[in-house]
Amino acid sequence: MSTNTYINADCVITGNRIYKNGRPVFDDQAAAAPDFLVSAYRHFDLQYPKFYKMDHTSRLGWLANELLLQEGFQKEKYRPEEVGIVLSNSNSSLDTDIRYYETVQSIPSPALFVYTLPNIVIGEISICHGFKGENAFFVSEQFDTGFIEQYVNGLVNNNILQACICGWVEWLGNDYRAALFLVEKMKTANSVIFTAENLNKIYQIENG
Amino acid sequence: MDKLISDLKSQIVTQLNLQDIKPEDIGDDQPLFVEGLGLDSIDALELIVLLQQQYKIKLSNADEGPKVFRTVRTMAEYITAHQAQNS
Repeated sequence: MSTNTYINADCVITGNRIYKNGRPVFDDQAAAAPDFLVSAYRHFDLQYPKFYKMDHTSRLGWLANELLLQEGFQKEKYRPEEVGIVLSNSNSSLDTDIRYYETVQSIPSPALFVYTLPNIVIGEISICHGFKGENAFFVSEQFDTGFIEQYVNGLVNNNILQACICGWVEWLGNDYRAALFLVEKMKTANSVIFTAENLNKIYQIENG
Repeated sequence: MDKLISDLKSQIVTQLNLQDIKPEDIGDDQPLFVEGLGLDSIDALELIVLLQQQYKIKLSNADEGPKVFRTVRTMAEYITAHQAQNS
């Protein structure tokens, strides 16, 4: 039986600006795109040295997830198998594929090679937090909010997951956007109903 | 040897993207893996690439790896021995 599921937190990173639950929380217009992530990492005093070894896509997704789960997410309420991750983007791991290909001309870089799959960002988040639930990474031309709503609701309503981190994590060249959503069954004071329309609205936050 | 050890520390920090660590923070005899710098298996591969790129040394015998990459000093000793052999 289908029941309501809720977006209990969201985090959008785009245009060198970070929004948490609809409010801008960090901005650094002077930084180049890759440096912006490091600037944000230091600003929020995050402590995870592996961050520096990640490719751009994983850094972006990991950072968005850290801010998404800060203040509010009660990890201890769930077993590791009950928290899953469903992400998507349009260019897969192309940004890193290109950089890896450049190293192949001389000596291939093992550190880059391990990031030549888009779902590695899911692994980075899962390892960091110990999440062991269902996960998937979909590649689609645009953020298909209808599909994400249906897929995640399927997992939650069938009790495969109790909480799901879902959304979009894309990095190519200097263009990037992350929009992550924490979806749970439990309603809180700031919940919005998990619908494609609400996902779209938050995803395009900078357009008002 | 001191110069080589110092160069290696800088190269390790750059090659492995250890942005929170300064080269001078790495001890000459500090273990690089597990309880020391905490490097992992991918880092080990990057160290092999470092030897190849910077010192033109190909580690042909994988069994040598744990001994060669134990500390910065053992790496420097391996490089020095290899260079002496080929000079």
